[in-house]
Amino acid sequence: MTAYNSTMILAILPEILLLVLGVLVLLFDVVWKGEKRRALGWLTAGGTALISIVTLLIGRPGEPQSVFGGMLRFDWLGFAFKQIFLLGAIATALFMMDIEKLSRRGQAYALLLTATLGMSLMASAADLVMLYLAIETTSIPLYVLAGFLLDDDRSAEAGFKYLLFGAMTSAVLLYGFSLLYGFTGTTSLTSFVGSLPLALGLVFLIVVGLGFKISAVPFHFWAPDTYEGSPTPVAGFLSTASKAAGFAVLLRLFLTAFPQFVEQWAAVLAVLATVTMTVGNLLALAQKNIKRLLAYSSIAHAGYILIGVVAASKLGVASVIFYLIAYLLTNLAAFGIAAAFGRAAGSDEIASYAGLSRRSPGLAFAMLVAFLSLAGMPPFGGFIAKVLVFTAAVETGWVWLAVVGVVNSIIGLYYYLTVLKVVYLYRMEGENEEQYPIPLTRPYALALTTLSIAILVIGVLFAPWFDSASLAALNLF
Amino acid sequence: MIPLSWYLVLSALLFSIGLFGVLARRNAVAILLGIELMLNAVNINLASFWRYGNPAQMGGQVFAIVVFAVAAAEVAVGLALIISIYRRRKTVLAEEIDLMKW
Repeated sequence: MTAYNSTMILAILPEILLLVLGVLVLLFDVVWKGEKRRALGWLTAGGTALISIVTLLIGRPGEPQSVFGGMLRFDWLGFAFKQIFLLGAIATALFMMDIEKLSRRGQAYALLLTATLGMSLMASAADLVMLYLAIETTSIPLYVLAGFLLDDDRSAEAGFKYLLFGAMTSAVLLYGFSLLYGFTGTTSLTSFVGSLPLALGLVFLIVVGLGFKISAVPFHFWAPDTYEGSPTPVAGFLSTASKAAGFAVLLRLFLTAFPQFVEQWAAVLAVLATVTMTVGNLLALAQKNIKRLLAYSSIAHAGYILIGVVAASKLGVASVIFYLIAYLLTNLAAFGIAAAFGRAAGSDEIASYAGLSRRSPGLAFAMLVAFLSLAGMPPFGGFIAKVLVFTAAVETGWVWLAVVGVVNSIIGLYYYLTVLKVVYLYRMEGENEEQYPIPLTRPYALALTTLSIAILVIGVLFAPWFDSASLAALNLF
Repeated sequence: MIPLSWYLVLSALLFSIGLFGVLARRNAVAILLGIELMLNAVNINLASFWRYGNPAQMGGQVFAIVVFAVAAAEVAVGLALIISIYRRRKTVLAEEIDLMKW
């Protein structure tokens, strides 16, 4: 037996600190009373930011290595994804602070931290047992968070639908894992040796499970309902960090377990990407509710990101990671704006956004930045991200897929601009908008300003981020 | 000795019955039961692969135990959500839980 060494501790440093922070939050939930409990949000966000900084300073991996008897890989890929999840948790904690019935409950923050812990393990798991456990450690707290508002019928329904879909698809995924274990004879992620039909069968089973996580069509039915019903910050977390975790597993699993069948599974994923982009964008056109619109838009974005996975090259993986960073910043901002607006105006209907540019110029500008970035306009992060995935596709010969992606981006532009039209050109009828300001509390102002600046920075100065993503991508080849 | 394939067929049948239950039953509790059947099919797979593979390596057994534990947690959350819906809406039929549709 090997003794514990410092590498093992460093490999799970973010997880350990997240657990400590979660316990601290539960502790202060008991100690603090009344209004003071709002500070639990600052504690969560600040603590997570501190974890991110500590990990960046001392928890950096060197050469990729296996730790804990091959349960985890300690490499740049996992490290990059962990930073993405931590960032998502910080912003979500800030957005949760002013949602009634969520902000003064320590459990909500503890569940958020637990889900983040699970995601971190998902990104570095190198063993089927560990992977399954990590996926469920992520999912179960998220089911609870989606259904957290017990006296809100729609929230309970959102949690219920999320749970049923999640449990069913994870059972299918697990059936795939059990067969993978049977045919390789080991639970560690190793190259699958077997015939092509068998490999394709396993790929299908795994795609069902992970397709749910990344909300790819046809496993997307839960997404609009769950996003609409669950508390808005939670919906933002589901659509960004949870999706990123799904992609982390997808990349590692397929490139480690089925490298010799890359042509076949890439073809399967290419079809999935095409259907996901097209269905997501077409259904988004008809939406009247901002959260449902963002849900379908997030489905479409899963399709764009899948293009990078289909490429299955170094550039492909790097583009997936870069896209996820840009998408996380952008979509968190979009959901944050929806949360801030929904809280003040009491409505999530797109029509009620009329006159927002006069009611709150700052919020309207943040929305402009976020939606143009989602649409893939320069100089924002979303543009570079799209360029990179399409480049990766063209480089590996998937020209038609890149063309489908570009056409879909144009469809997407239409509905993003429609929302901006309501925000900037429409007026509240017969009212003086300046009498209905949208109050922005400090957590919202802080998070939205930071996210908007980050979207711009990542779109203009993309080289350092892309270099980090490329470094992470190298670990898979 | 019974060949491995028998166990795999049994597990595949159980999995299919569970999946059918999930897709066809209207009662939310019955849907959860279907999911449990699917997870038990997985456990049969894991146990038989372990027994017929390399029994000295405990991977399959550990996996099966982890599946048990997680399934229990999942059902606990699932039943809690169903109870919270039932308290407010007096129904556990999946098709009546439809406040949100496209």
